Amino acid sequence: MARRVGLEVSLACSEAVKLCNVDVVAAYPITPQTHIVEHLSELVADGHLDAEFVPVESEHSAMSACIGASAAGARTFTSTASQGLALMHEMLFIASGLRLPIVMAVANRSLSAPISIWNDHSDIMAERDVGWIQVFAENGQEVLDLTIHAYKVAEDPRVLLPVAVNLDGFILTHVIEPIEIPDQAEVDAYLPPYTPQMRLDIANPVSMGMVGVPEVYTEARKACLVALEGSYEVIKEHWEGFAQHFGRRYQPIETYQAEGAETLFVTMGSLGETCMTAVDQMREQGQSVGQVRIRLWRPFPVDDFVEAVKGAKRLVVIDRALQPGSASGPVATELKALLYDRGIEMYVANFVAGLSGRDVTRADFAAMAQRVEAAQAAGQPMTCEMWGVKE
Amino acid sequence: MADEGMQSWKTLALGCAMTEPGSSKRFNTGDWRSGRRPVTDREKCIKCGKCYILCPDMCYSPDPEAEGYYLWDSFYCKGCGICIHECPKDAISWQDEKEEDTHGAACGS
Repeated sequence: MARRVGLEVSLACSEAVKLCNVDVVAAYPITPQTHIVEHLSELVADGHLDAEFVPVESEHSAMSACIGASAAGARTFTSTASQGLALMHEMLFIASGLRLPIVMAVANRSLSAPISIWNDHSDIMAERDVGWIQVFAENGQEVLDLTIHAYKVAEDPRVLLPVAVNLDGFILTHVIEPIEIPDQAEVDAYLPPYTPQMRLDIANPVSMGMVGVPEVYTEARKACLVALEGSYEVIKEHWEGFAQHFGRRYQPIETYQAEGAETLFVTMGSLGETCMTAVDQMREQGQSVGQVRIRLWRPFPVDDFVEAVKGAKRLVVIDRALQPGSASGPVATELKALLYDRGIEMYVANFVAGLSGRDVTRADFAAMAQRVEAAQAAGQPMTCEMWGVKE
Repeated sequence: MADEGMQSWKTLALGCAMTEPGSSKRFNTGDWRSGRRPVTDREKCIKCGKCYILCPDMCYSPDPEAEGYYLWDSFYCKGCGICIHECPKDAISWQDEKEEDTHGAACGS
C-alpha cells in the first residue's frame, strides 16, 4: 500500500528513482540539487538500491557516464542544476541523438553572473532545443509522479528519448511536503524492467555516435524530431495509465478556473500554485481570471494549449527566464508563434518574474492582471516587462 | 547535392547507429578531394616509404609488381597533401584530376 509521509521533495525524487530500480546513477552535486544525489548515494551505500553510483568529477562527465551506461542497456539517472546543466550542454544533444532513455531531474536555478543559487528557469531554457522531453512539476507529489512516468515514456520503444523533469530549486527541492509514496509492487506493475532496443553488446556489435556526413545528418535529425513529436501521444497514454495505477491524473496543459475567463495567466512550474491562490482571490472579487499551466514543455502541446485559451481576451504569460535581445521571454515567444500559426488573434502580455528566487506573490499576480487589462483597454501594444525591477 | 547513396530517415537504425561491421570500407572519402590528386614520379622516388608510413588514411600500399614502390588509392585519398609535403625527394606532386595520370599506377576503385 502507498504511504503518505512528510518528506523533503528532493528526497521524494530520490525515492522515486529508487522505486524505478535504476541501474546507474552518475551525478555531481550542485545546489539546489544536492539532496537528491546525496540521498541516492546513501540508498546505494546502505544497500537499499542495487545500483552503480558513479561520483564523477563534473556534470559533463555525469552526462557522459549516463550516455555510456544507457548505451550499454542500463536504466540511468542523473540530476543537476544551473551551471551544472550548462556544463552538460554538448552531451545533452548526444543523449537525444543516440536515442538514450536517460532521466534527469533538473533543480531549476539561475545562471551566473552574478552568482545565484536561487530558483528560476534560466538553466533549462538554455537547453530548450536539445531534443529532450521536458516536463515541469509544481509540487513534490508531481516530482515523484513525473519521475516514475519519465522512465515509462523514455523507455517506450515508440519514444526512446531522454526526459528532463524540472523542479524549482529550493521552492520545491528544499520544502517538506506530504507525499504519497507508492509501494514497490505498485511501481513494478506500472514500470516493467527496461528492455533496450539496441545496446552496446559484444555478442551483437554496433557502433553508436558515428559521423553523420551531410548525406546522413539531416535524416538523422529528422528521425529524432519525429520521435520527439511522436512522444506526445505516448506521454498522454502513459499519464492515463498512471492515473489508473496511482489515481493521479496529468495533462500536457492543465487549467484552473479557465473556463470562460477573460484573463488567463500562463505559468510553468511551482509559480503555478501561487497563481492558483491568486486566481481564487481575484475570482472572489468578481474578476474574470483563470489559469493555464504548462506541464509538458517539449514537445510543446500546441493543440491542447489552443483549446485551453480559446475564448480568452488576453493572456498574461509569466516567464521565469529572460530571452535577451528577443521581444519576449522564451515561453511567450513560443505561445505567440503558435497563436500566429493558427491565425488566432490574442493579446499576449509577458512578464519576466521571479528571477533568482525573487518572490512572486498573489498581489503581484493581481497587479499584473490589472496592468494588462488597462493596457489593452487603452489600445497599448503588447509588451514584455521585467516585473518588479527596482528603478 | 545528388541524393545518390542517401537513405530515408525512416530506414536509419535507431540513433543513427551502424549495425554492419566494416561498412566504412565502402565510404568513398576520395570524393572529398577538390580537383587535384597526388602523383608519384618513380624516376625521383627513392623507395623510402614515407608516403606509406605518413598517409593518415593509409592510401599508399606496397606495389606487388614493383618492389619498394607504392600504389596510391584514389577511393580513400582525401587530398590532404601530407605525402607531398613529406616526400624527401619531391617525387610526389599535385596533378589536376582532369589530367590523365602520367606517372605511377593507381589502385582502389
